[in-house]
Formats: sequence, C-alpha cells, structure tokens
Amino acid sequence: MTAWGWHELATLFLHFVSLSLMSIGGAVTTVPEMHRFLVSEQAWLSDGQFSNAIALAQAAPGPNVLFVAVLGWTVAMNAAGGSAAGADAWALAGASVFASMLGIVLPSATLTFFAARWGQRNRERPTVRAFKLAMAPIVVALLVATGWILAGSHGNWNVNLGAYLLTASSALLVWHKRIHLLWILSAGALAGVMGWV
Amino acid sequence: MTMPSPPRPASVRALFWAFSWLALQGFGGVLAVVQSELVDKRQWLSPEEFVEDWAVAQIMPGANVVNLSLIVGDRYFGWRGALAALAGMLTLPLAVVLVLTVSLAGVADLPGVQGALRGMGAVSAGLIAGTGLKLIVALRTNAMGKGVCAALAILTFIAIGLLRIPLVWVLLGLGAPAMAWAYYCLTAQLKGARA
Repeated sequence: MTAWGWHELATLFLHFVSLSLMSIGGAVTTVPEMHRFLVSEQAWLSDGQFSNAIALAQAAPGPNVLFVAVLGWTVAMNAAGGSAAGADAWALAGASVFASMLGIVLPSATLTFFAARWGQRNRERPTVRAFKLAMAPIVVALLVATGWILAGSHGNWNVNLGAYLLTASSALLVWHKRIHLLWILSAGALAGVMGWV
Repeated sequence: MTMPSPPRPASVRALFWAFSWLALQGFGGVLAVVQSELVDKRQWLSPEEFVEDWAVAQIMPGANVVNLSLIVGDRYFGWRGALAALAGMLTLPLAVVLVLTVSLAGVADLPGVQGALRGMGAVSAGLIAGTGLKLIVALRTNAMGKGVCAALAILTFIAIGLLRIPLVWVLLGLGAPAMAWAYYCLTAQLKGARA
C-alpha cells in the first residue's frame, strides 16, 4: 500500500463532504456509498473492518455518526502499517479522524444551523407553524418505526424470542416508567453475556 | 404559550457538560437519552418543543442528535451555545470510541463481548421505539386534530417500518399534504378567532 499523505487526507475529507448534505435521516443512510468508495474503489479497508467500525460505533456511547471517525482511523492505520508502527501512524490516524469528522459534520451542521435560525426567527409565520404541526406525527411515528426496524434484525421469532422480549420490555419501560436508561442497557448487556438473547 | 421562566442551562460551559453527559450515556444511539435528560429531567424543553426541534433536526441532512444539539445550543447562547452543545455531543464520545477501537481490536470476537453487544442492541431498539411512544403526548394539542395525527402516524409507520420506503419519499408524500392540511387548519383557526 502506498504511503498516505495530504493528497489522501484531502480525498477522504472531500468524500465525506460530498456525502454530508445527502445524509437526510443520518449519516447511516450514506453507508452504501461509503462502502463503495472506501472498500470497493480505493480498497483502503476490508469488508470486515468496515462492518466492525459501524458495529463498534453503534454500541459505543455517543452519536452513531462517530462510525465515520472509526473509518477514518482505520484507513489511516491500515496505510501506516498499524498502531505498532509508531508515532507517525498515530499522528496520521489522528489527522484522518479529524478530516473525516470535519467533512461529514461541517456542511450539514452549517446548513442546519442557519435553517433552524431562520425557522426560529419566522416561527410565527403560518408556513413555518404548518410545517412543524405537520411533521410532529410523522417524526414521532418515525421513531417507533426505527425501533421496529432495528428489532427486525433479531431474526426469526421462534429462534430469538428473548431478544424480542428484551426490546419490547425496554420500550414499555421507557414509555411508562422513569427509570434510568443505563439500568436498562446494563440489564440488556447482562442478558447478552448470559446468552439469553 | 410561554411558561414563566422555564429551567434553562446556566452557562455555555454547563451546556457543554450537559451534552457531554447525555452523549456518554447514549449506548446504541443518543436520542432516548436526549429526550429523558432535556425533557423529563432538566425540563429545558417541553414534549411539544422537543418534537418541533426534533422534526427540524430529522429533516435536515446530518446526524439527527448532532443537529438537535446545535438547535438547542443556539436557542440559549447563540452560535457559542451551538458550538458548545456540538462539542459536548462529539468530543468525549469520540475519545471513547477511539480508545475502544484500539483496545477492542483483539477481543471484539469473544462470545461474551458479542453477547453484550447483542443485548445492548436489543435494548436500544426498544429505547428508540419507547421514546417515540412517549412523545405521542406532544400530539394532543396539535391543531390538525387527533384523527389526522393518528392517520399520519400510522401511515408513516407502515411506509418506513413495513414497506421500507426511503425517508425522502415519505417526507414528500406524507409531509407535503400534511403541511397543506395544517396550513388550512391554522388559517381556519385564525378566521374563527377573528369572527
């Protein structure tokens, strides 16, 4: 693999910039395009590394968009020969994380910032009020649908009933009880370690 | 409708730490924590305000919770608040995820770790769905009426959850007529108020 430099960092940055404004519904919606570019076209990381990056960022605390940082880290470490390769590798990986996150966050954040400001300034306008009223039931249902889709990855009902029960009881607890979410997550992790789900 | 001096963050620094703290609790997604911290606990936002801001955060490109942090931060302290909330949302979790990337490289395939991840994944699916169900209360006062809200919610669920239609098409196909109806209801209300 050729040595990485400014050119590759800039390429990576521009790739994420180009996806940022397309990521309606979250950065996850552009995952297929990232996979095409990073894995298939540039061959900067393997299929398994790509999936692991997403799984890890999803399990870790924080916004799921952080998988982009893990991707940036991994491609740079691959190019530099791994974390054992020394300070240069770490510096390159750090720069790559920065370029990736800046690329994916900056354009959409800037647009959102000014759009939300405009909406706030014009919040009494009937069109703005109508927009917010109309979107309310849609985004509420969207959340329920997202949970539903995520639960669908548990697979067959008969085989993995435990996981479905865990999801359903978590939903009910959040809905009706004021219980700290970390307790529910810990219980889920424990159930997983015990092999119940 | 404004409440007399609702709770709000004391400073830009407080905003940064509030968002850091809630982001660090968000295993498998931050939304459920954002709702429970900002609405239930700190009461910086009412359920109605939360749904309104969430709608904007959702419809704009980019990570939803990142967008939401910008919107809420800007509301209280302008661009400094937006930056502080954004930095809070990303900085410490970024450090954590990188430490995990380096340290978990060897153990990610162990059955115990895989099991824990699977269990937490199942819970986080439930947390997101439960947060949605909890926010139904924000629809009670919606000027479009309960029936229309229920119909829109059910159609959205079917389109996204069951038919897996891309979000953009659902927003255009359901959002646009819903907006027209909401506009009609609002102007009818205004006329009624004048008459």
